[in-house]
Parts: sequence; C-alpha cells; structure tokens
Amino acid sequence: MNAYRGLAIIFGFYALGELVSSAFALSIPGSVLGMLFLLGALVMGLIRLEWVENEAELFVRNMSVMFVPPGVGIVLYVGLLKSQVVPVSLALLVSFLVTLVTTAKVVEVLRRGRK
Amino acid sequence: MNPYGITLTLIVFYLFSELHSRKRAFYTNPVLLSIATIAAFLWLGGFSYESYMESAVILKFLLGPAVVSLAVPVYKELDTIRVYWKETTVGITVGGTVAILSAFYTAEVLGGSHDVLMSIAPKSVTTAIAIGISEKIGGIPALTAVLVILTGILGNAVGSELLNVFRVRDRVAKGLAMGVTSHGLGTARILLEDELAGGVSGLAMALNGVFTAIVLPYLVKVL
Repeated sequence: MNAYRGLAIIFGFYALGELVSSAFALSIPGSVLGMLFLLGALVMGLIRLEWVENEAELFVRNMSVMFVPPGVGIVLYVGLLKSQVVPVSLALLVSFLVTLVTTAKVVEVLRRGRK
Repeated sequence: MNPYGITLTLIVFYLFSELHSRKRAFYTNPVLLSIATIAAFLWLGGFSYESYMESAVILKFLLGPAVVSLAVPVYKELDTIRVYWKETTVGITVGGTVAILSAFYTAEVLGGSHDVLMSIAPKSVTTAIAIGISEKIGGIPALTAVLVILTGILGNAVGSELLNVFRVRDRVAKGLAMGVTSHGLGTARILLEDELAGGVSGLAMALNGVFTAIVLPYLVKVL
C-alpha cells in the first residue's frame, strides 16, 4: 500500500520537473529538475525518507535495463557511425584519460594543501 | 501496442545479467551486450526499430522517474558532502568541465559532425541523465547511450590501473575521479577496492550529472 505513496511522490516530482522545464523553456531535463526538487523537499523535511526510500531504490537498482531500448536506436545510425568512427572513438579515449587524470590530480593537490 | 519489444528486451537482459553474475568482467556488461544482440537481431531479421520500440518505449519512459529517484542516494550521502564539500565542488567543476571540453574539441578537431559532437559531450554522465541532455541539445540519444556505456566500461576495466600508473594514492581523489569520469560503472569498480572511495564516487556521479545537465546546454551555445 505504501508503495503507492512512494511511486506517487516520485512520478509527481518527475511531472513537476517536466512542467517547470517546459513552462520556462529550460535546457535542463525535467527529470534532473525533479530530482533536485525531491532532494530539496527531503532536506527541508517536506518529504520523509521512508516515504520514498524503497521505491526510489527499486528504480535506481534496476535502471540498467532502461538503457537498452534507447541504445538499440543505434541501428538507425550505422551509416553515420561508419563515417565518424575515428573522431568518435578517439574523442572517447582521449576525453576519458584526460578527465580521469586531471580530476584525480587536482583533488589530490587540493588535499595535500590542506594537510 | 505489440508486446514483443519489451519481452525481447527483458529476456535478453535477463540472460546477460545471469552471465554477468557468473562472470563479472567488463566485457560481460549486460547493457552493452543486450543492445548489440537486439540491434543485430533487428538488423539481420529485417525488423523495424519502430516496431521494436512500440512496447520497449515503456522501459525508456521509466528513466525519468529513475533519475528523480537518484535524489535518495544523494540525500543519504549528504554527510559525505558536508565533510568533503571543498573536494567535491572543485572535483566536479574541474572534472565535469574537462570531460565536456576534451570530448567536444577532440571530436571537432578530427572532423566530427555537429550531431556527433552533441552526442559525445555528455558522455561522462550517468546514462539516464546523459540521454536527457542529448535530447535537449540536439544530439543522438542512442549514440549518447552507447558512448556513455563504453566510457563506463573503460573506467571499470582500466580506471583503477591508470590511477595507479599516475600515482594517485588519495582515496577521495580516486573516488571523485572515477565517479566524474565513468559514472556508475567506474563507481562499481572503485567500490570493490575501497568503501570511502566508492561512496565519494557514487556521489560524484550524481552531482556531475546535475552539474553537466545545468552547464552543458549553455556551454554548447558558446563553443
């Protein structure tokens, strides 16, 4: 029974996020806004953690399967991918390496400075 | 509405999840294997993507509430933010920006087309948020989904080893770097080695998602 309360809160905040995103023509996805609103409501004590905890964790734990249908859409872009395979794969590798090392080094230097 | 798309997705994903629980390796990633298998099935069988999506779209729709649900793990980690707020703020601002710019400019220099640049820019963010950003900025959400998962697999496979090569020893630095760069799959890997680094990484993943969702749409207008 309580699951309905949790689901109503989660879908409600998603709806609110979409509403705000489209009403103000924002570039931020409605789902991300909904997440921020829910986080704010939890912090302010408007929503209690136990009202949404189980349902939210169910969604978060099972998120992976939801990536499959959008990913399968790649079949529509086989031609594009063939012509762009070099920029795509090199950008992926370079960006991965640079981001990982830069972030780690910057944070490490910051931590050393504090000690 | 035909029930075939969602049934096919659930069966294929179930089978690859079973494989992954038996053989935990980056190359048994169930999402990537499922996408490849279903894409090959449609391609070889001559089935249309539209007929597949007719019912599989239900799963895609659930990404919205799933992103909203990320508020709960972030809320639970608020104490970690209080302790490491400085590291988190700097790590995500620097790391999140570097992730966007390095992907965008490398692809641009090598002759990437506009929709490819828009698809690769959010690749370090957790898949659900990245798909949402890609839709908003004129990327190809399907390409973004695949690139995000490949980025996660890279982090999962070699992220820890690379941090060792570059002699990063600080646990908070390791966690932030893995979460900002390789989202959930990077977090899963670093969590195996160190609980503190894993917690920081999970938080970094969620916050980098929010940071990128806010910054990227405005950043691409000036790039």
